[in-house]
Amino acid sequence: MGDNPMRRILVGIKRVVDYNVRVRVKADGNGVAVDGVKMSINPFDEIALEEALRIRERGAADEVVVASLGTTECQQQLRTALAMGADRALWVDTSAVPSGPLGLEPLTIARALLALVRREQPLMVILGKQAIDEDNSQTGPMLAALWDRPQATFASKIELSGERAKVLREVDAGLQTLEVELPAVFTTDLRLNEPRYVKLPDIMKAKKKPLDTIPLSSLEVDARPRIKPVRFEPPPQRQKGIRVSDAGELVAALRQKGLL
Amino acid sequence: MAKVLVIAEHDGATLNPSTAKCVSCARAIPGGEVTVAVCAADATAVAQQAARLQGVHRVLKIEDPANEHPLAAVLAPQLVQAAAGFSHVLGPSTTYGKDLLPRLAALLDAPQVSDIMAVEGARCFRRPIYAGNVILTVEVDESAPVIVGTVRTASFQAAAAGGTALIESFRPTSKLPTHTRFVGVSQAKTDRPDLQTARRVVSGGRALGSAQGFEILYRLAEKLGAAVGASRAAVDAGYVPNEMQVGQTGKIIAPELYVAVGISGAIQHLTGIKDARTIVAINKDPEAPIFEVADIGLVGDLFEIVPQMEKLLS
Repeated sequence: MGDNPMRRILVGIKRVVDYNVRVRVKADGNGVAVDGVKMSINPFDEIALEEALRIRERGAADEVVVASLGTTECQQQLRTALAMGADRALWVDTSAVPSGPLGLEPLTIARALLALVRREQPLMVILGKQAIDEDNSQTGPMLAALWDRPQATFASKIELSGERAKVLREVDAGLQTLEVELPAVFTTDLRLNEPRYVKLPDIMKAKKKPLDTIPLSSLEVDARPRIKPVRFEPPPQRQKGIRVSDAGELVAALRQKGLL
Repeated sequence: MAKVLVIAEHDGATLNPSTAKCVSCARAIPGGEVTVAVCAADATAVAQQAARLQGVHRVLKIEDPANEHPLAAVLAPQLVQAAAGFSHVLGPSTTYGKDLLPRLAALLDAPQVSDIMAVEGARCFRRPIYAGNVILTVEVDESAPVIVGTVRTASFQAAAAGGTALIESFRPTSKLPTHTRFVGVSQAKTDRPDLQTARRVVSGGRALGSAQGFEILYRLAEKLGAAVGASRAAVDAGYVPNEMQVGQTGKIIAPELYVAVGISGAIQHLTGIKDARTIVAINKDPEAPIFEVADIGLVGDLFEIVPQMEKLLS
């Protein structure tokens, strides 16, 4: 990577229903009711951006570029990312793709991100481990595969030294440590950092930062969906439970149910 | 006919129980003939365990010194070759599977269906989205060369023992990358049952107040033969290590008995325990959302109730 004078970090930003909103299935079962609900940056992407900003602030990177695929509304989230401190934004305009109740498929997003990687030549790509709307958890490893570069998913600590990164990963067995050569793809877990709050003056400043529009078609990415939604349903409700008044009654109830 | 390749998860010596659940998912695919792939430095022991699972037709040992640790970048190119001729490739929706399967899917140019909770047809699956607040049924287009899926293990029973599958070796010719190096893994040593697979789980929340506060849960868990889990709030507060976290961003579990102690019941936590057979909630706040999903609720001071329970179980 020594031939690239600009040490750049590319961060993926997805516009999703805010995590505090309790979503509902549309009455006709053809999607999720999202009209008029609060939209935000996917929380894991916010963590990704925060990490990129901290790496730049430590002097280990020169520029943080945020990218989002979506229709015109996703520029709001890109502006928020610029207000948090990103240097510039890339909006991949997907307006020409027929929209349905599901978003673009992760493999399509990974291919589009790969096209951006080819242009921007980043040292690191940092993405959220999953988006909290469709919970796919696929894009990071898919991009790493197409790019033929290392991946470090579910990162809770990233240490850079020269052309390598040492990453602590949150795996089911505990904490795994990996060492990867750069460039590489990282996906963030919750405990990587706590994202900063955006200050009002930064929102004003962000309006002047560059936000480039790139039509998805110009990236020559096959965006045809291969996973079709059949129906959306609310989850089954649990039956109403009973109340007991002390530990004795609780243990008795468990015994009665044959659980002890 | 459906030919299903299940990617085994293991620690080098023992097959992870998630694999037996993936086998059950694979068998639910109409006409599914199940092959299990075991990537390891020495796959002998794990392959034998996989071969004993009912419904497994064949086990492929994929052995290479580079497979000693499960690195997605190293395993994926080998599994691309192993997957030739299969209609489906499945792995568990654990951190292992979530790391590996999408990398494999991209190399196969295949769409991936994440967190499969039910099979409705060879191309039709149900899965949770929006943290389990919506159940989505999807159909994969016939143009897909192969269907890749991760299996929500809490939704499937483990395949029983009693099988006698053939074990074969598969030798990929792919060049393996050296850009990723396994350094180590740290885990808290414990004699308690594994959280992911335990039949009984006792979990604590921020109300436990400290790492010391969790001691009363450990004692209760010992009496119950239970694993111990925690809410995200308790993990974030530093009372317990992160691998104990139960919830959307932690472990998704399906024990027969789940005892939530001092856990208010945030949506992200409830997502992780939806499939528990019986949920017990102990909380001093009668309005806590955990009581909406609890089969048995007890309002009161956990520091009194938990030791009393422990005594009653002695």
